[in-house]
Amino acid sequence: MAKILKIGMADLNVALSPEVLQTCGLGSCVGICLWDPVTKVAGMAHIMLPSSSHGKSVNDAKFADTAVPLLIDKMGKRGAHKTRLVAKIAGGAQMFSFYSDNDIMKIGERNAQAVKAALQAVKIKLLAEDTGGNFGRTIEFYAENGQLYVRTINLGEKYI
Amino acid sequence: MYEVGKKGDAAMPLYENISEFQLDAFREIGTIGAGNGATALSQLMNRKVSMSVPSIKILPFAQVPDVVGGAEKLVAGVFTTVEGPAPCNILFLFPIVSAKVLVGRLMDCKYLENEGIDDVGKSALAEVVNIVNGAYLNSLGSFTSLHFIPSVPALAIDMAGALLDTVLAQIGMAGDHALLMETVFSEIEENVTGHFFLLPEAGSLEKIMEAIGVKG
Repeated sequence: MAKILKIGMADLNVALSPEVLQTCGLGSCVGICLWDPVTKVAGMAHIMLPSSSHGKSVNDAKFADTAVPLLIDKMGKRGAHKTRLVAKIAGGAQMFSFYSDNDIMKIGERNAQAVKAALQAVKIKLLAEDTGGNFGRTIEFYAENGQLYVRTINLGEKYI
Repeated sequence: MYEVGKKGDAAMPLYENISEFQLDAFREIGTIGAGNGATALSQLMNRKVSMSVPSIKILPFAQVPDVVGGAEKLVAGVFTTVEGPAPCNILFLFPIVSAKVLVGRLMDCKYLENEGIDDVGKSALAEVVNIVNGAYLNSLGSFTSLHFIPSVPALAIDMAGALLDTVLAQIGMAGDHALLMETVFSEIEENVTGHFFLLPEAGSLEKIMEAIGVKG
């Protein structure tokens, strides 16, 4: 059984094959998974918000725009090369629907968009995504083969 | 868990101005509010409902799901945003088994183990929470003379972590820690429990303290 590294909200970590990165219960948050197919270095970030621009926070893992560069940097130190990295993402759901047109309720959608923009900014190709909807996801990312496993409560499980 | 009220702790900038004494005062108002909530719930269910003395926790976001038994635990959650001079968020979480018993009691039906709660049941559960929230906020409002205006509650049944992260995102801009006031409501006979979380937004706790004249 490969070692599983758990990642909490607003956190990130790096794994080497055959380790597995896991984050449980993604709602509006987005799990960003990066992988270097040559050195089999994998990284995962669990971001909560799209942009760090209004915050006073010191935690770069919390925002899409700051988590991506930080994750690349950490992966680089473990042997990944930026130009080889590919990405898979999951999450960004809208868990609650309010009657009012509440902007904060679209946080999931905004998170997913911000993650894609952050990946584009550093020219990392997005291979697959499972985003949106109104359900939670638990994800596991395999450093060995770059497969991303997505589990839900009512909609089964799949690999992307 | 962080030691509350320790001044100047860089890890919790959002709550650095709140003293232990103020948190005690906040807990005291919470106890009275939750008492009103329990009474309302008891009348609705026509059963005796007990409540725990509210606990106040300041936790890093990653640890919040552990409070309800882990991020993957299946729960029914009702989320209400509270507007006004001291905005807050309220999340009421029920383990799915408790939610079924509670709704079954109200609707006079019984849900099977593999059966989901139907739309009418969901609406009933949201309404129960609305009434408990109302009782709680009324009490908070009369203590502080501040207006607390709750939104229509929204319900979701899913992983606890997935429901919590939407709520935590509301306060995530201002810090990395959540101040939770938690009360557990329970009905002993059929073991129905619900966790009531009040999460004040940045600055709200200070406003509440100011309103009741409790200085740090």
